[in-house]
Amino acid sequence: MISQFFVLSQRGDNIVFRDYRGEVPKGSAEIFFRKVKFWKDDGQEEAPPVFHVDGVNYFHVKVVGLLFVATTRVNVSPSLILELLQRIARVIKDYIGVLNEDSLRKNFVLVYELLDDVIDFGYVQTTSTEVLKSYVFNEPIAVDAARFQALGPAAMFMQGTKRMPGTAVTKSVVANEPGGRRREEIFVDIIEKISITFSSSGYILTSEIDGTIQMKSYLTGNPEIRLALNEDLSIGKDGRSVYDYRSSSGSGIVILDDCNFHESVHLDSFEMDRTLSLVPPDGEFPVMNYRMTQEFKPPFRINTLIEEVGSSKAEVILKIRAEFPSSITANTIAIQMPLPKYTTRANFELEPGVVGQTTDFKESNKRLEWGLQKIVGGSEHTLRAKLTFSQESHGNITKESGPVSMTFTIPMYNASRLQVKYLQIAKKSSTYNPYRWVRYVTQANSYVARI
Amino acid sequence: MAPPAQSQRSPSPSQPSGKSEVSDLKTQLRQLAGSRAQGVDDSKRELFKKVISYMTIGIDVSSLFGEMVMCSATSDIVLKKMCYLYVGNYAKVNPDLALLTINFLQRDCKDMDPMIRGLALRSLCSLRVPNLVEYLMGPLGSGLEDNNSYVRTVATIGVLKLYHISASTCVDTDFPATLKHLMLNDPDTQVVANCLSALQEIWSAEARTSEEASREREALISKPVIYYFLNRIKEFSEWGQCLVLELVGKYVPSDGNEIFDIMNLLEDRLHHANSAVVLATIKVFLQSTLSMTDVHQQVYERIKSPLLTLVSSGSPEQSYAVLSHLHLLVMRAPYVFSSDYKHFYCQYNEPSYVKKLKLEMLTAVANENNTYEIVTELCEYAANVDIPIARESIRAVGKIALQQYDVNAIVDRLLQFLEMEKDYVTAEALVLVKDLLRKYPQWSHDCIAVVGNISSKNVQEPKAKAALIWMLGEYSQDMQDAPYILESLVENWDEEHSAEVRLHLLTAVMKCFFKRPPETQKALGAALAAGLADFHQDVHDRALFYYRLLQYNVSVAEQVVNPPKQAVSVFADTQSSEIKDRIFDEFNSLSVVYQKPSYMFTDKEHRGPFEFSDELGSLSVGAESADNMVPVPRVEANDKDLLLSTSEKEETRGVSNNDTVYNAPSYDGSSPATAALQMQSLVISNPAVPGHTHQASLAIDDLLGLGVPAITSAPAPSPPTLKLNPKATLDPGTFQQKWRKLHIALSQEYALSPQGAAMLTTPQALLRHMQGDSIHCIASGGQSPNFKFFFFAQKVEEASNFLVECKINTSSGKVQMNIKADDQSTSQAFSALSQSALSKFGM
Repeated sequence: MISQFFVLSQRGDNIVFRDYRGEVPKGSAEIFFRKVKFWKDDGQEEAPPVFHVDGVNYFHVKVVGLLFVATTRVNVSPSLILELLQRIARVIKDYIGVLNEDSLRKNFVLVYELLDDVIDFGYVQTTSTEVLKSYVFNEPIAVDAARFQALGPAAMFMQGTKRMPGTAVTKSVVANEPGGRRREEIFVDIIEKISITFSSSGYILTSEIDGTIQMKSYLTGNPEIRLALNEDLSIGKDGRSVYDYRSSSGSGIVILDDCNFHESVHLDSFEMDRTLSLVPPDGEFPVMNYRMTQEFKPPFRINTLIEEVGSSKAEVILKIRAEFPSSITANTIAIQMPLPKYTTRANFELEPGVVGQTTDFKESNKRLEWGLQKIVGGSEHTLRAKLTFSQESHGNITKESGPVSMTFTIPMYNASRLQVKYLQIAKKSSTYNPYRWVRYVTQANSYVARI
Repeated sequence: MAPPAQSQRSPSPSQPSGKSEVSDLKTQLRQLAGSRAQGVDDSKRELFKKVISYMTIGIDVSSLFGEMVMCSATSDIVLKKMCYLYVGNYAKVNPDLALLTINFLQRDCKDMDPMIRGLALRSLCSLRVPNLVEYLMGPLGSGLEDNNSYVRTVATIGVLKLYHISASTCVDTDFPATLKHLMLNDPDTQVVANCLSALQEIWSAEARTSEEASREREALISKPVIYYFLNRIKEFSEWGQCLVLELVGKYVPSDGNEIFDIMNLLEDRLHHANSAVVLATIKVFLQSTLSMTDVHQQVYERIKSPLLTLVSSGSPEQSYAVLSHLHLLVMRAPYVFSSDYKHFYCQYNEPSYVKKLKLEMLTAVANENNTYEIVTELCEYAANVDIPIARESIRAVGKIALQQYDVNAIVDRLLQFLEMEKDYVTAEALVLVKDLLRKYPQWSHDCIAVVGNISSKNVQEPKAKAALIWMLGEYSQDMQDAPYILESLVENWDEEHSAEVRLHLLTAVMKCFFKRPPETQKALGAALAAGLADFHQDVHDRALFYYRLLQYNVSVAEQVVNPPKQAVSVFADTQSSEIKDRIFDEFNSLSVVYQKPSYMFTDKEHRGPFEFSDELGSLSVGAESADNMVPVPRVEANDKDLLLSTSEKEETRGVSNNDTVYNAPSYDGSSPATAALQMQSLVISNPAVPGHTHQASLAIDDLLGLGVPAITSAPAPSPPTLKLNPKATLDPGTFQQKWRKLHIALSQEYALSPQGAAMLTTPQALLRHMQGDSIHCIASGGQSPNFKFFFFAQKVEEASNFLVECKINTSSGKVQMNIKADDQSTSQAFSALSQSALSKFGM
């Protein structure tokens, strides 16, 4: 049960504010914002998603830079409230297409309409986009998608880590296309986040894939859908360590440690033939989340070499090798490496003739940054940086720099080899043939090489 | 995220002054109110939108109330909804004008369209104006009987709203009975869920004053109701399921079969993608299997994987909430998670609140098989750019070392930290090496060799400096330069800002003096002089104390300052097991995230449905125990502080640098026993300040530890008048119930006499003894050297109970007692009584 719900912009303005129970004194939004903004004096630590001030509990989630906040005086389940906030954000996005400050401000009346039926007197009523359709009468006001995209290629990933480019992202579930017709289509995205830690000798210390099969349906009439996954998919490794690499490598079977499913998924035939059947509700939702610690081939290898040159100079050589097929291209790659505190200057040297690469030395936090727009599978890239120190380094450079961390996105690639073999839509008519999009994308969650 | 430039042009004006805009709107609304022209609804919509956007940013638009109501006569549903929203917001401050809205709301409640009926009813109930209640009754009554489920869902919550406007009106009607009927019969699960929410709130609030209400509330967790909900659980939305699962968590199944049936039925809920559903299910599993150790264990194994999956899927916020719960479970049963330690490795991009939890989990799961890898990983973090986390990591390494797995290798690592030449790393490592030496004096040789190389000039942090100075004093015979380093530190006395460091310096110079007198004499003189001139009271007092002690008798002084030491075996835990159990009882609530039981952060009326049984308890115990803040010893200090304060106690046993002792006029008497007696009378004369009492009694323990055990049995200055009933009875069920409900009134540690410790080979020995003092045992267990007892006692004249949990370790002679009492005001007296009974054991 919550008392208030509000959305704040990055500057702390109320975009919507709904008080359901009138138990929390006025000014809660200001109290909350100050607390979040100045959590610790040094500004180093972020405010946790749940905290309390004067008997009022504040919950918040960050979505595209906006703060979705709930307050309550009661000792509730934190998971319930945080799930709810996330869900409200998703429902709003389903309705207005693009979720950002501008679109939210333009559609705030619609958002109030939604909030009215999502929560009553603090109790959740429904978060189903579909059910809400019959209660919501405002037409969404579309924001100018073109302007939004002008932010550059990175913009398509700015909507949180789980999105990928495509029309699905910006289309409202309720709005009709120009011409009054809705295009019958369904999107299935397999999104994987990789976490890897390499030891200084390049050996994999830990690795994990966290994946989601996300669906967004624009099909009319709620047909039943069957999703077939790898037939030899196996789940759970009861009784043995999840980090038992040797036993699972090389066999080609995909072994998930564990997974969970959306409410609507029927698992009747899952044990038999690894198919999921469901009647997809409107809007975007995760069909299945999974976790895998089975060994997999890392998409990138990182090689770092530090050489001392004289007493107060050193050279860093960073090598990145893309170990995936050349038909695949990774994009928006960023590599970071903390340098010793006493570094004063860094001169960079890229390979001759490269395009779309940037280098920077961040003076404030002594960090080397290397950005690459694209990396084609199979290729290798090198960066040389000549460092100048303000003091002698005592041979401690390796201890005082690193680790190297990397972020990237690789479309149409998934490290786990989990696949959607087919996507079947059960509808009688032979002429009915909606668009089906099955897309894969892999992103770095924590991709770290120690030196 | 929108670029700032764009939002500058955003439709809602960032901060209009208000006044003129509002009066503008007023005029415009007036013009439109009576108009039936084409397109008037569109203009109204625009105006309404403006009003609502002002309302949102906090501009007071309540002066438009009349105009808004006039404009509300419309068939346009979007307009209607905006108007409802407005009216709901301002009716409370405009009760007279609110009356204007009643008319059209009541009419809309009879509309053909169920949607309009629902919306109007919701708005009508949201007005929050007490004197309009009479207009609510009719529409609410028909709403509950509406054939449309949407209207019924609105009406059920409407009853709850009515209760909050006027509780008596609501309870006097048959609405609660209707809700109960709907809850058990309505085909729509959202109606059912709302009935449950409403009834829980209403009965919980009413139960404070009404027996009947508390019976009604109990009825919600009766077997038929629970089974009814369990059988329908899959029809509910995920949110409804959470509600049902929370209810099921309060139900106590009658036997094992029932528990298994429920668990089998809910098994697949563990695979739900909604973490709230999974956690609520886990709570049911954990709570219902508490008494079945094996099954409870299996539950841990079973829920591990789903929890780990939830931690790694979803947004960082959701994952944090789950991780907090996983943290709780790891702390309770580290061995279950010891092979999953890699999941608790920190990722560089995680926020520090997540990293902190993970570091604690890593520390907890370390055992002989994984320590090497965990410590290796932690050492990586020690070099981290995130300094607070680097510090925490070093502390974690130290804690693992203190847990005594593979100390050998860890000591090497710690020594390597000292060589890293990063200030904060050195500082943290010094503190740790000090703690480590107190537990493993055998390592002193290796450690001292490294510590000796550290220049005290490079150590600035008070805690670290104090640790270094302690080591200089303690091991001055092994460190060649010790007297000279100390001497140079004394020379810079005035530049030392931390009193803590100066105190340590005094003691260290004293210690060093007794080991290497000729080399230290000069430094000691200088230190005592500087100490006596110190403006800080404690420093001054300690210097004076040492000075007089030396004057009185040098060999006594040596005994006091350099007594033979025992290695510390276990460092005190930060949280009592009582508090931990309470947090566990409140699984899937904020208590877990805050790591505090709910009574520490919520006021009584807001504890919500989780405190279901608790409120019931306070009801039966009586109103006088309504104080929420019970004197449970709260140790909020972080581990470092804790270790340090223990260390001080340990180091100067008897001399005790505790503040309280310093203020006591004891230094001239030089007889700790008198001081103790003085202290004791101080304690007893001042029972009104429980927190203080506790601290003071700890101080007594310290003084007693000096070797004057006779004091333990000495009668307290004001003999307790409490009389206990020698034939008291209490059945185990009642005991258990009471134990859960009551807060700890007193928590104390005593020392058992050596004779007593020797006699305590089986629990029975003590039982008979305590019975002689009218303290009865209800349960006991354990094997030498650890025993645990539950005692109870009753007052002679009234049925007021005392409950005691007593843990005894016969090898250390330590007795820990937690006392709970129906009447907390007498718990002090009872404590004295039980303490004296215990001290006679073995005599």
